[in-house]
Amino acid sequence: MEWECVIGLEVHVQLKTKSKIFSGASTAFGADANTQACGVDIGLPGVLPVMNREAVLMAARFGLAIDGAINELSVFARKNYFYPDLPKGYQISQFEIPVVEGGQLEIETPNGPRTIRITRAHLEEDAGKSLHEDFHGLTGIDLNRAGTPLLEVVSEPDLRSPEEAVAYLKKLHTLVRTLKICDGNMQEGSFRCDANVSVRPKGEAQLGTRAELKNINSFRFVERAIYFEIDRQIGVIEDGGSVVQETRLYDPDKDLTRSMRGKEEAHDYRYFPDPDLPPLVITKKELDAIRSEMPELPDAKLTRLASSYELSNDDATLLAADSDLADFFEAAVKAANGESRLIANWILGDLSSALNRESLSISESPVSPEMLGQLINRIKDNTISGKIAKQVFGDLWHGKGQVDDIIRDQGLTQITDTDAISKAVDDVITAFPSQVDQVRAGEEKVIGFLVGQVMKATSGKANPQAVNNLIKTKLSS
Amino acid sequence: MLHLLSLKALRERLQKREVSSVELTKHFIDRIAKFSDLNAFISVDEEGALASAEDADKSLNKNQSGNLTGIPIAHKDIFCTKRLRTTCGSKMLAGFTAPYDATVVQRLANAGCVTIGKTNMDEFAMGSSNETSFFGNVKNPWQTSRVPGGSSGGSAASVAARLIPAATGTDTGGSIRQPAAFCGLTGLKPSYGRVSRYGMIAFASSLDQGGPLTRSAEDSAIMFNAMGGFDPKDSTSIERPIPSVNELLDLDLRGLRLGLPTEFFDSSVDTAVLGSVREALQILEKRGAQLVDVSLPNSAAGIPCYYVIAPAEASSNLSRFDGVRFGHRSEQADSLLDLYECSRAEGFGEEVKRRILIGTYVLSAGYYDAYYLKAQKIRRVISDDFTKAFEKCDVIVGPTTPSTAFKIGEKTQDPVSMYLNDIFTNTVNLAGLPSLSMPVGLDGSGLPIGMQLIGRFMDETSLIGTAHQFQLETDWHERCPEDFA
Repeated sequence: MEWECVIGLEVHVQLKTKSKIFSGASTAFGADANTQACGVDIGLPGVLPVMNREAVLMAARFGLAIDGAINELSVFARKNYFYPDLPKGYQISQFEIPVVEGGQLEIETPNGPRTIRITRAHLEEDAGKSLHEDFHGLTGIDLNRAGTPLLEVVSEPDLRSPEEAVAYLKKLHTLVRTLKICDGNMQEGSFRCDANVSVRPKGEAQLGTRAELKNINSFRFVERAIYFEIDRQIGVIEDGGSVVQETRLYDPDKDLTRSMRGKEEAHDYRYFPDPDLPPLVITKKELDAIRSEMPELPDAKLTRLASSYELSNDDATLLAADSDLADFFEAAVKAANGESRLIANWILGDLSSALNRESLSISESPVSPEMLGQLINRIKDNTISGKIAKQVFGDLWHGKGQVDDIIRDQGLTQITDTDAISKAVDDVITAFPSQVDQVRAGEEKVIGFLVGQVMKATSGKANPQAVNNLIKTKLSS
Repeated sequence: MLHLLSLKALRERLQKREVSSVELTKHFIDRIAKFSDLNAFISVDEEGALASAEDADKSLNKNQSGNLTGIPIAHKDIFCTKRLRTTCGSKMLAGFTAPYDATVVQRLANAGCVTIGKTNMDEFAMGSSNETSFFGNVKNPWQTSRVPGGSSGGSAASVAARLIPAATGTDTGGSIRQPAAFCGLTGLKPSYGRVSRYGMIAFASSLDQGGPLTRSAEDSAIMFNAMGGFDPKDSTSIERPIPSVNELLDLDLRGLRLGLPTEFFDSSVDTAVLGSVREALQILEKRGAQLVDVSLPNSAAGIPCYYVIAPAEASSNLSRFDGVRFGHRSEQADSLLDLYECSRAEGFGEEVKRRILIGTYVLSAGYYDAYYLKAQKIRRVISDDFTKAFEKCDVIVGPTTPSTAFKIGEKTQDPVSMYLNDIFTNTVNLAGLPSLSMPVGLDGSGLPIGMQLIGRFMDETSLIGTAHQFQLETDWHERCPEDFA
């Protein structure tokens, strides 16, 4: 039988506000345990939540970007359950009336573009962390994360393959970073995903029983977890069993999912409107202001980059996927006054690999767009060769100064003195008679060897094209 | 006889330097010790009180003083204080000291008040007799075999016995007004949002409201003015200033329409209570007020509606008491679930558990619509009743309670009869309106009778003003239980 899988994703997008969603405590990652949790975050008796407006505006920005409806009035609700890292015994979330309703994202699939509907996006606070290691059989609680603002983005079950799920996630990831509402750091948990997965015979209209997969914190794990789960469910059904509704945990080490809790153990969260928080109001005026400050969205950016910079689709896609990278690119093109393809090559090549090597983001790059533009300028005006440019780039990366200073201080300027090049060419012609004969006999490839020798003799400072031309002229006469 | 003086009189003596704040503070600390049998206090802070009294004296010497500088007060033990433990009348918090002061505590301290201690209360403010306190019941100074009312029973008993000039309380369904009525005091429950709830341990967040328990309307105005006002730390707080003390007191009764709801004057009310209320109304009428009949047709739904909404919110508010971070932690627990169950089973009293169970039930899947949602609809209907009544009148009047203070132990076995004590008061919380109880007489056995005034949203002025005008004519508010004069 042919099977079809149905996937819906719930993504927790951590909003990058400076302070928490209902308190003034900092949201910075990596502080010592429990040093960034104030009375509100630890749920002291008597404390009250106060809405962080910045988080609301970020949620609205997201809603507008996915073409969703922003509820003028949305309601915070309490989700009640006991857990040691949930200080109040309830999580403040949104239930019946979320801040964003509806919307969609378009993804690319091998069969062309598909629209994935988004059901809703709601604001909520994060819980703390339970730490089971290092406490000799006890559990430690770190409440630094408690109260961090999250936007939970829930998709309709519109995805039909693990690849589509990943495409959707990547699209969402790009979007929230472009909107500057999330840093997108998956290792630090800033972008987390749960997947609802079910299977059904192809052609069947009714949905199968779903399992909810938790703890999948990378694009690769999402794909693998869903693959495993699809196989598992098909196996269960083909063996004559039936899938049970449950929550399953993905184990990346063993590459499998295992049952965490069944339907019978499912919590009754006893949602009700939080009486400590009045309904959340977003005015038309605020929405207009957000709209007017909306950055260029990834799809529009891709189209524009590809057309106005004559980039290949691959390069344009890579640049548009990271708005910081695209901004860097455009600033460098501006500084170099053109040369967009060359700049794209540098950014996606040397610069990206240097950044990856040192785990830096583009905004942390020691080489600025202006520096890269200037470097390209020096290639363009023949001050340095492409090869020397790589050396200069290395020095720029290590903070050894500006492009022109490095070129001057290290004497890297190309030899434009024709006499000096001419002499070097003559020396090489004399030193390698057999290769010269080969060239004369029509073996054009060997010219490269001779050029290489001249470059070596001039420490790379001769213009390779000029050398090439000179050798050809001298040998043809 | 310093303890018989009003806030205004105390202020005059302090400012003229006829008495020092230290002397005053010592006087009241002595009285608290002398009458400790009432069990009105859970904690007394002699050292801290004397230190702030000394500070107050310095300000007074420099003529830098306000209405309350140097005057001792007490806080209901539901308001968090840095210096003293905050128990909420519960074993759960018997050892809990908050790392911060509630906004109300801070404001009264800024106004120069000397905090002497924390008063006894029903556990987590759940009760109408102060009998659910882990720290034991409080006696009514008028007759020590009687309850002082609740949940602000300790505050009421201590002000009535002149152990303290004024105290704070909180009112979720009548917890300021009912003890005020039982103890012969003026008790004000301001409009919802007037007094910050920050640092006030939550019982039912949409109903809770702090306010003063005082001997007179004038004292009430002084306390309300100092403790109320917008607080950015409480999202339900209202961004409007509290009127000045003079504005609160200065009211012309002529033309003021007092609405008498037929539902509040029925046969369930003691005749003595009805009699005193009617006499009081005659006095107000003589001074120019008009009496009009109004109706609050859905007030009978108040108790069932309240006993769905309040426990629902409480069941969630009290979830944080889980033995993990603060409060009582069971020694018996072997597992996480055990830790929760044992800590809560040991830390909470019977009434609190009852309400957590009710609240959990009414919010559960399958029951939510039938109970919680229905109750919210009824709440709206009750609120609409008031709005309609206020088309015909400016202030609604009636008895605060159907009877005077009952005997200790009389209703502990019958929660529903206990709940019915709040039949006239809890609809006011459901509607978020301001309300005041003032003494209007004594019954045959010499127990105080309270009359309730209910105002339009944010109109505390008409309530305090009416009570003040009444108190200019009468002396019920000056009566003191004999043994405490």
